[in-house]
Amino acid sequence: MIGRYAVRFAALGYLTALLALPVGYVFWRTFRHGFWPAWHAVTTPEALHALKVTLILAGIAVPANTIFGVLAGLAIVRYRFPGAGVFNAVVDLPLALSPVVVGLALLLLYGRGGWLGGHHVVFALPGMVLATMFVSLPFVVREVVPVLREVGTEQEQAAATLGANAWQTFRRVTWPAIRWAIAYGVVLTTARALGEFGAVSVVSGRLEGQTESLTLYVQDRYQAFDDVGAYAAAVVLALIAVTTLILMTALKPKEETR
Amino acid sequence: MIEAGKIVKRFGDFTALDDVTVEVEAGSLTALLGPSGSGKSTLLRVIAGLERPDAGVVRLDGVDVTSVPPQQRGVGFVFQHYAAFKHMTVWDNVAFGLRIRRRPRAEIKARVAELLDLVQLARLAKRYPAQLSGGQRQRMGLARALAVDPKVLLLDEPFGALDARVRKELRVWLRRLHDETHTTTVIVTHDQEEAMDVADQVVVMNGGRIEQTAPPRELYDHPANEFVMSFVGPVNQLGDAFIRPHDVELLLEPNGSTQEAMVQRLVHLGFEVRVELVRDDGEVLSAQLTREQVEALELQPGQIVYVRPTRQTVFT
Repeated sequence: MIGRYAVRFAALGYLTALLALPVGYVFWRTFRHGFWPAWHAVTTPEALHALKVTLILAGIAVPANTIFGVLAGLAIVRYRFPGAGVFNAVVDLPLALSPVVVGLALLLLYGRGGWLGGHHVVFALPGMVLATMFVSLPFVVREVVPVLREVGTEQEQAAATLGANAWQTFRRVTWPAIRWAIAYGVVLTTARALGEFGAVSVVSGRLEGQTESLTLYVQDRYQAFDDVGAYAAAVVLALIAVTTLILMTALKPKEETR
Repeated sequence: MIEAGKIVKRFGDFTALDDVTVEVEAGSLTALLGPSGSGKSTLLRVIAGLERPDAGVVRLDGVDVTSVPPQQRGVGFVFQHYAAFKHMTVWDNVAFGLRIRRRPRAEIKARVAELLDLVQLARLAKRYPAQLSGGQRQRMGLARALAVDPKVLLLDEPFGALDARVRKELRVWLRRLHDETHTTTVIVTHDQEEAMDVADQVVVMNGGRIEQTAPPRELYDHPANEFVMSFVGPVNQLGDAFIRPHDVELLLEPNGSTQEAMVQRLVHLGFEVRVELVRDDGEVLSAQLTREQVEALELQPGQIVYVRPTRQTVFT
């Protein structure tokens, strides 16, 4: 019994020290002078624009990487094609690569003098979208692949013998089996897309009111000694992420019957 | 009627089916019997269209379906591990094929109800597969396959994952079902007793080839070769001769054509007793006797008896 409590205490203590304390502190600092100063800080034109940029980035990267993730997962698990192993490994590259490297790579490729330079990619929204897509790419794939492996192919074969074509089989058999893995992947992708700093920072050029996402705005405010502005924007980021998590948990039935 | 002609199927270097030809009569129940790796499941999957043969032709009711996808073959397939749609209720599982075919709602309702009655799952219609026993899941699998009125019903080791008692129940039940519906049926099994019990015709496979095709009785009485003889029932080998345990007679006195052996062990299997014997040259054999015979001979372990085959088979 003592052992069990010790484990719980250790786990909770670890979480408190590493997660709850810093996040809680940010919340506390934000609302130290009440709600309205924080509200005014996040409703300045610059803050709203940064929020809009962040939502655009996530709004493009998340659906794109979700569709790619499902297709890539199906390709990796269901079909044997030459280079499948390499493909599977390359999908993980964004996890291993430092975001700064990603940013620099995009800068070199699309920047002035780069192979694909001169198309208003770098120091503009398209470059930031590319950077966000790059860093948030693996999450849906990584959630979907193990579930697809576990489900196996027999249910799909059964559907085929019962007359279902490829699309009907996907919609009625494969999709219900992987949808929660996709949902979880989407949450992770969203969190990563919202929170990305390094890669976006390098390619954005950080033009205030133009190519500043919310994370960049936080740093900008912080360096300008506008503590409330920085903390309030950070809280907005945290709230969006938490809302995504809560939405998924609420949508998911209490007990999946499997 | 199913015809599979000169089927070849390779997986890399492994030849799963090596020039296999089978004919299954319309309305019959045929068993594909063989050890694991003999190609029996692969042959079934080729008939269903789930595997594409490297060579050969598959015909259903005289129509060449070799390049027709499984969706359009009109076969019902039952999987060893059920392949139940886990997120659907029993009712939805059985209705799946009918919904795909966009049948009218009333027709689906009636047909599913009828099938659930047939497989005795009407009470469990709203359950999910995870809430069913193995036997119930497989009955659901069968109902699901039958829902679309398949031309042929293919069962891949359908009772392989079930315990012995349920296996036997379902086997009897499958035979009865077949006698009512007369759907052309092929069942894959590695259990010779199951094959002999349920099928009109048994196809014995080994190493990607067919060893013999015959009705159960003929298979047992006139096996084509050593493999079939030893696969379809227990067998003793004495020199070149093969003898079934029930064709071994035990005598208390030698009579010229007998051989001496010592009783090692008596195994009581209800009405029958298996007598395990060892000859003085070290060869082991077993005899199958009734309880009365054993009692009349007053057999005891360690006792010396005289063995005489009443019937033996020699393959040349």
